[in-house]
Amino acid sequence: MVNVLVLTGYGINCDEETKFAFERAGAKADIVHVNDIIGKKKRLNDYQILAFPGGFSYGDDTGSGKALANRIRNHLWGELIDFVKGDNLAIGICNGFQVMVNLGLLPALDDNYGTRQAALVHNDSARYIDRWVDLEFSGKSPWVKGIGHVNVPIAHGEGKFYADADTLKRIKDEGLVAARYFKGKVCDYQNLDANPNGSMDNIASITDRSGRLIGMMPHPERAIDFTHQPCWPYLKQKYEREGKTVPKEGPGLQIFRNGVGYFK
Amino acid sequence: MYKVADTRAAVRKEKLRKAGFGRVKDVSIADVYTIDMDLAPKDMERIRDMLTNPVYERSAINAGISPAAFDWAVEIGYLPGVTDNVAKTTQQVIEDMLKRKMDGKEGVYASQVTFVSGNLTEADAKNIGETLANPLIQRIHVKGRDKFAKDGGMDTVIPRVRLGEEPKADVVGILGAGEEELKTIGKQGISNADGSRRGPLALDLESMKAIQAHFKALGRNPTDIELESIAQTWSEHCKHTIFADPMDEIEGGIFKAYIRASTERIRKEKGDKDFCISIFKDNSGGIVFDDDYMVTDKVETHNSPSALDPFGGAITGIVGVNRDAMGFGLGAKPIINRYGFCFADPSDNNPLYKGEKFTQKMLPPGRIMEGVIEGVNVGGNCSGIPTPQGFITFDERYKGKPLVFVGTIGLIPRKSAGRLSHEKSAKPGDYIVMAGGRVGRDGVHGATFSSEAMDSGSPATAVQIGDPITQKKMSDAIAKEARDLCLYNSITDNGAGGISCSVAEMAKECGGCHVVLDDVPLKYPGSEPWEIWISESQERMTLSVPKDKWNEFKDLMDQRGVEATIIGEFNGSGRCVVEYKGKNIMDVDMGFLHDGMPQKRLETTYTKIRHEEPDIPEKPDLTGDFLSMLSRLNIASFEFISQQYDHEVQGGSVIKPLQGRGRINGDAAVTRPVLSSMKGVVTSQGLYPSYSDIDTYHMAACAIDTAIRNAIAVGADLDRIALLDNFCWCSSNEKERLGQLKAAAKACYDYSVKYGTPLISGKDSMFNDFKGYDEKGNKVKISVPPTLLISGIAVMDDSTKAISIDAKFAGYLVYVLGETNDELGGSEYFAMSGAIGNAIPKVDADRNIRLYNALSKAMQRGLVSSAKSVTIGGLAVALAKTAMAGKLGMKLSLGNLPGKWTRDDYALFSESQGRVVVTVDPKKRGEFEDAMEGNAFALLGEVTGDGSFAVKGRKSTVRADVETMLKRHKSTLGGY
Repeated sequence: MVNVLVLTGYGINCDEETKFAFERAGAKADIVHVNDIIGKKKRLNDYQILAFPGGFSYGDDTGSGKALANRIRNHLWGELIDFVKGDNLAIGICNGFQVMVNLGLLPALDDNYGTRQAALVHNDSARYIDRWVDLEFSGKSPWVKGIGHVNVPIAHGEGKFYADADTLKRIKDEGLVAARYFKGKVCDYQNLDANPNGSMDNIASITDRSGRLIGMMPHPERAIDFTHQPCWPYLKQKYEREGKTVPKEGPGLQIFRNGVGYFK
Repeated sequence: MYKVADTRAAVRKEKLRKAGFGRVKDVSIADVYTIDMDLAPKDMERIRDMLTNPVYERSAINAGISPAAFDWAVEIGYLPGVTDNVAKTTQQVIEDMLKRKMDGKEGVYASQVTFVSGNLTEADAKNIGETLANPLIQRIHVKGRDKFAKDGGMDTVIPRVRLGEEPKADVVGILGAGEEELKTIGKQGISNADGSRRGPLALDLESMKAIQAHFKALGRNPTDIELESIAQTWSEHCKHTIFADPMDEIEGGIFKAYIRASTERIRKEKGDKDFCISIFKDNSGGIVFDDDYMVTDKVETHNSPSALDPFGGAITGIVGVNRDAMGFGLGAKPIINRYGFCFADPSDNNPLYKGEKFTQKMLPPGRIMEGVIEGVNVGGNCSGIPTPQGFITFDERYKGKPLVFVGTIGLIPRKSAGRLSHEKSAKPGDYIVMAGGRVGRDGVHGATFSSEAMDSGSPATAVQIGDPITQKKMSDAIAKEARDLCLYNSITDNGAGGISCSVAEMAKECGGCHVVLDDVPLKYPGSEPWEIWISESQERMTLSVPKDKWNEFKDLMDQRGVEATIIGEFNGSGRCVVEYKGKNIMDVDMGFLHDGMPQKRLETTYTKIRHEEPDIPEKPDLTGDFLSMLSRLNIASFEFISQQYDHEVQGGSVIKPLQGRGRINGDAAVTRPVLSSMKGVVTSQGLYPSYSDIDTYHMAACAIDTAIRNAIAVGADLDRIALLDNFCWCSSNEKERLGQLKAAAKACYDYSVKYGTPLISGKDSMFNDFKGYDEKGNKVKISVPPTLLISGIAVMDDSTKAISIDAKFAGYLVYVLGETNDELGGSEYFAMSGAIGNAIPKVDADRNIRLYNALSKAMQRGLVSSAKSVTIGGLAVALAKTAMAGKLGMKLSLGNLPGKWTRDDYALFSESQGRVVVTVDPKKRGEFEDAMEGNAFALLGEVTGDGSFAVKGRKSTVRADVETMLKRHKSTLGGY
């Protein structure tokens, strides 16, 4: 059984649905408070996948992801580095991505884990937005294997991907872009722009060089059921008219399956 | 400060330009952290490293930082004592790094400098400050470029709270006081040594006399804390005296006679289909979700504070009502938020003043609107609670006080570790424990303040700012951990009246309490004991913890970063005793505290006013009116709100706030709270304040029918719908207003009983009046229209059967179900002509029940492709929204539209209740029409693929294209 540690505490709030998504994908997932790892009640070592879920750790005060990254850096850095350098996986979703970037786990160019190299800054609208996007996956990360195009929701105020020109070039050249926003089915359906926040080069997700660590602004855990999709009432009737079976699953589940499948 | 493009600054520049500062050329922003402690240089460097990210920010320590070019620097920071969440986080980050707590003399304060360039005077810069800040809670400091350079930046400001005297309890001499003095104490508050008053007790003469008599019998004067405590407990806000007191012939009062009686009757009539579990006795109402879970629901208002500080008022409102879920039974997890906003036209810039001679200027409606929307945004989003449903409505009479409705649905297992989770009881010997935030002077007199009209004496201390993260940590620790470990016997929320109400309320469960006020953790020293006792500082719950569970409870809270403190003990003494500095400063009989309030006999009158009927010419082409209706404030899209409120967190979204290709606001949402189950929770609302101008009885009936119909249209079953009532009234000391109230409450009884939809929770706010001065300095009183929000909640067995509002396929048939009559009194169409009229829509519940049940069955059988409830704006708007949501056209004829209507425009815009627009697959036509047999309904035409929307009436037509309709519908509020 693949064991997943889903982090919680200090305003993380997508822990339950992230746990549910991993369990739907066949793993055993525990929600663990960051202080229970600091207090040695739980050990990262007992898990194969570490998930930094979405949320509002420390209310995004002083900049999203910074404060929780500081707490982890102050207390758990050694254990965390051992974990990510081992044959384990880690995923950061939304606020979790912001935390990973602030921890310097992503993109970690030159395997320089711990140095901040990129950032997620305020959306172009400077406002929180919840909507669906189309993603085009790329790269060699086990997390994105076999996933081409999917639609999933985003919900964030600080999701604009930023890196300086050199870093950005290297992220692209070294194949660390895992997903980009593009105008696909859901944007067509709802007549929305592809890029919801002004991210550089439409980047929605990146990995480290190993591909085992991934961070993404979109929320695949909110897209694991058919009825999660904004267009499901239409799609359901369309499938019925065409005499097709109405699916039960949503497009985001494959990401969790890939994570769990890595260990099989 | 950003070294890359700062979108916050770009948006702020746009905002300033719109606010009339067209000469602003550039804007940039610097975040300032003022740290009041001795730090070694290397620690300062480490702190810099933690607070800033060098990838996109640059920073300076003890030196000014600014853009290369600017003309004015405008710094905005909080006034002493105002909740500063950024500073709180910064303090935690520093403490975590230094591995020590700051002592009482140290502190952290956050502020922000906005640099502006352009041809601007100092007065302009100050006005910019006022546009960005709220002087009630924030300080503004402006510096020119030269002075900034000379001083090396802005000044160092430490907004520490400094309270002068030694706090103590005072005795209030009321035994010998005459009527005038008693009245003054009741209205303006206890007198300070310098002759100033402490703020409203909101106690009338009869109540003051009862208190006087009680203490006369005891042979002593009350202390200030005793008097303040009684005032809190007896406040309209807490006791709901207007609903409880005898009214005319109704001896038991209208709550018992109309609200509670209807629910009791419905529960009896439902028999084994009764789904109510815990009603009218807890912080929320609780109903069955399934065999394992209950859902709870509560809707609150936070109106007065939102008028003074819209952001703070609204965020405090939403996180406050979250605690009504957490305080239900042994503690429910908040799972859905909802909202309802009533504002004046945001483009109205004529100022109002609370004080004479243009003093105490109120915020304009546009700023109130933006602040309130932002407050619910931050409160809901930060707490990780989805907000899938709400409404926004406008009337000029919401200019003095906006109405801010906020609701929270909770989820709780029916049993927690073997205990029935809706039952709780503090036991004698249990510790009284306060958990969560600390106590400050913020929120003093909130309960009594909201029990009165707003005027120049309204206290600024009533304003506060919620802290969702402190609350989220507490919520998780309690509802996800401590509850199921059986670590406490009872729990309640600290809302109005603070611990004075929560402790006294819980003490009823066991019979008494002894509180040691010295042990209550304070935000800063120096608060008076009565302030500590009644402060409404946020994010706090009160728990009763058995002595043998305390260590385990305390350990858990420590590990979760939640402060928990023993502040006393529950007992069976029959008395509420408060100790401070070794002395009992309050010792009041529990019976007197809770039941000593004299009952008042309320008398009512209700004079119906005959309004002039409008003289609207009949036109052959109604297209212009149709497009104008779609863009009216009350009908226009509020997509910008739906999009900024996270409606998908917790992973259970099914029917979203924006539906179809056109992203049109729906009337109800469906959310799955248990991820492994397809059972859904339907949320809906109904509200018609404009109808109150004609008849509040029918107003209430329409609100009820609409809340029910909106839920039915998305797929709920009538048997499973429960309702909540929120009365926001005005001038409730006037007989006419009480007459309007009585009529509305009677309708609640009549229609909830007819529909079999129990009222499971409610709240009232009775004095939504503003007394002040207009832009010319003339005295004005602005009262909100009597407003009743009915919220619907229903459990839906299979949410894959939910129906959205959008037309889905060309060629599908368009039906209207229900009768359309000439009922335009109070309608949006008449309002467009500046008229009210008289023919208010009336609800025929028997007819509607038949229709709704038939529709539900048809939906269950998959016969309905889309459904849109007909609400404000009438049939034309419902048809338009169906078409716009699907981005499809329609070709329709009013030829056989059922009902008694005389004109095409009336048929299109009448707001007759009980109607739903549906689209149906032509292949299912026969089956659908059979299913609807016996009900009034008509086939109006079909959905088309050409994007044109055409309605042919008897004499007039509407011809528009859907793209234009969408543009008009979305442009009104599109700039926000």
